[in-house]
Amino acid sequence: MTAALQFRNLTLGYDRHPAVHHLDGAVEAGALVAVVGPNGAGKSTLFKGIVGVLKPLAGRIERGDLAPQDIAYLPQAAEIDRSFPINVYDMVAMGLWHRTGLFGGVDRKARASIEQALSAVGLTGFEDRAIATLSGGQMQRMLFARLLLQDARVIVLDEPFNAVDAKTSVDLFDLVQRWHGEKRTVLTALHDIDFVRTHFPETLLLAREPVAWGRTATVLTPENLLIARRMCEAFDQHAEECAVPTAAAPLPIAGKPQGGAAGLHSHDR
Amino acid sequence: MIYDFLIAPFAEFEFMRRALAGTLALALGAGPLGVFLMLRRMSLVGDAMAHAILPGAALGFLVSGLNLFAMTAGGLIAGCVVALLTGLVARMTELKEDAALATFYLLSLALGVTIVSLKGTNIDLLHVLFGSVLALDDQTLVLIAGNATLTLVVLALIYRPLVLECVDPGFMRSVSRAGAPAHLAFLGLVVTNLVSGFHALGTLLAVGIMMLPAAIGRFWARDITKMIVIAAASGAVSGYAGLLLSFHTGVPSGPAIILVAGALYVVSVLFGQVGGLVRQALPQRHLEA
Repeated sequence: MTAALQFRNLTLGYDRHPAVHHLDGAVEAGALVAVVGPNGAGKSTLFKGIVGVLKPLAGRIERGDLAPQDIAYLPQAAEIDRSFPINVYDMVAMGLWHRTGLFGGVDRKARASIEQALSAVGLTGFEDRAIATLSGGQMQRMLFARLLLQDARVIVLDEPFNAVDAKTSVDLFDLVQRWHGEKRTVLTALHDIDFVRTHFPETLLLAREPVAWGRTATVLTPENLLIARRMCEAFDQHAEECAVPTAAAPLPIAGKPQGGAAGLHSHDR
Repeated sequence: MIYDFLIAPFAEFEFMRRALAGTLALALGAGPLGVFLMLRRMSLVGDAMAHAILPGAALGFLVSGLNLFAMTAGGLIAGCVVALLTGLVARMTELKEDAALATFYLLSLALGVTIVSLKGTNIDLLHVLFGSVLALDDQTLVLIAGNATLTLVVLALIYRPLVLECVDPGFMRSVSRAGAPAHLAFLGLVVTNLVSGFHALGTLLAVGIMMLPAAIGRFWARDITKMIVIAAASGAVSGYAGLLLSFHTGVPSGPAIILVAGALYVVSVLFGQVGGLVRQALPQRHLEA
């Protein structure tokens, strides 16, 4: 198995305060990984880092041969302007961006795949509906249809089943399993521990620091969950500079020396 | 009779034909831009931008009089500098776009007023403020028409990223880097259209032919394409009817055009198909699920 993503002593955060601290490890290509942890554990931060929206404070993410369009991302709270006058069909069609680009047309083949995606999420017949008229669950179905069209090798879902009913989550999870069956790499942030236990082979338990990562049964033990729960959520405004040497990561990027002379990583950019 | 009233003014007087050509071209470019400004909740940005342009245009005027080139260049430079700085600050710092724009346009305005006061004021400056749509010369007409063409071509090029940036900026960032350049190009178009508009309508009213038609479009369409068409069309109608109004009653033409657009807007607010007040008030049986 080859790694789709590798984290090398990765620290991500805001204003020098780490939200994900010293994460090491690899996501195998084709893996189905649940990312679990309390609120503020850094799940969304990690995802933003993977997608490249957030630059690491230290360490790095190796994406191998993945191009930016190979990673599809469903944010926790999509910044969608629901009052915008656009219909479901056009919204879903945007998933074809990597094929159409700025000017490419939507040909018959593309239209067929849009219809397939709509029917896969159960939104056939909704093509002309304005997005403002969709319910929360229908909105999420529409976003999954767009993800389907993105045809990405790595799919990152940030709490995709929040605020949707049981039927919708079952339907949408079917798609996640379909992606898993197609050997795509899927990372999903979730809060439902029992659901993770039954459906996800691999789990990363995050509480700013990685608590455990591996087979779900060995990760989601009562002890580990307790550790994760005890993690303090608030930033310490007067936190000391972190003393763990950044140079712990092998293979420093040429020309970009990491860490300070004193062996501290100073988290500033 | 109808001919005398509706067509004769344009058939008989060349300056009316020029004014009509100029306003139609303006409406064609400014309407679609206004729709995007409105959908991005940037309706007041056009207004602020017009203030930012004023000092540049005034400076050009003071340096070389009522010279088309100097005033256009001054306005363009002032507008682009403000747009660029605003975009940069909004993207690179915590300050949101509206706050960044407010700071820069106020600075630009203050700077402009200072420069003007250094050289003393001039009555001709009123031309800059309120325009002179009835005195468009060949050069100005070419400028306005050229700008309308440029606007439509560039809008066609950046249409997709612009729409996507409006509706789902997070997704846009994840699939393409075209968002930022498209946004900057869009702001650039707003500036060129305001500059081109101030020759006809003045810096203060140039925004009117941009925002009023857009707001009108919102009341008649649920879909952005139709909205754009309606905006451009209602701008053109306002231009035509405003010039007639001005011709027959002697009201200044710039304000007349904007007043007609305002009347169309009031009608739309009342009777518009999408969320018009009367339609809301009418009792309608709901449908089956």
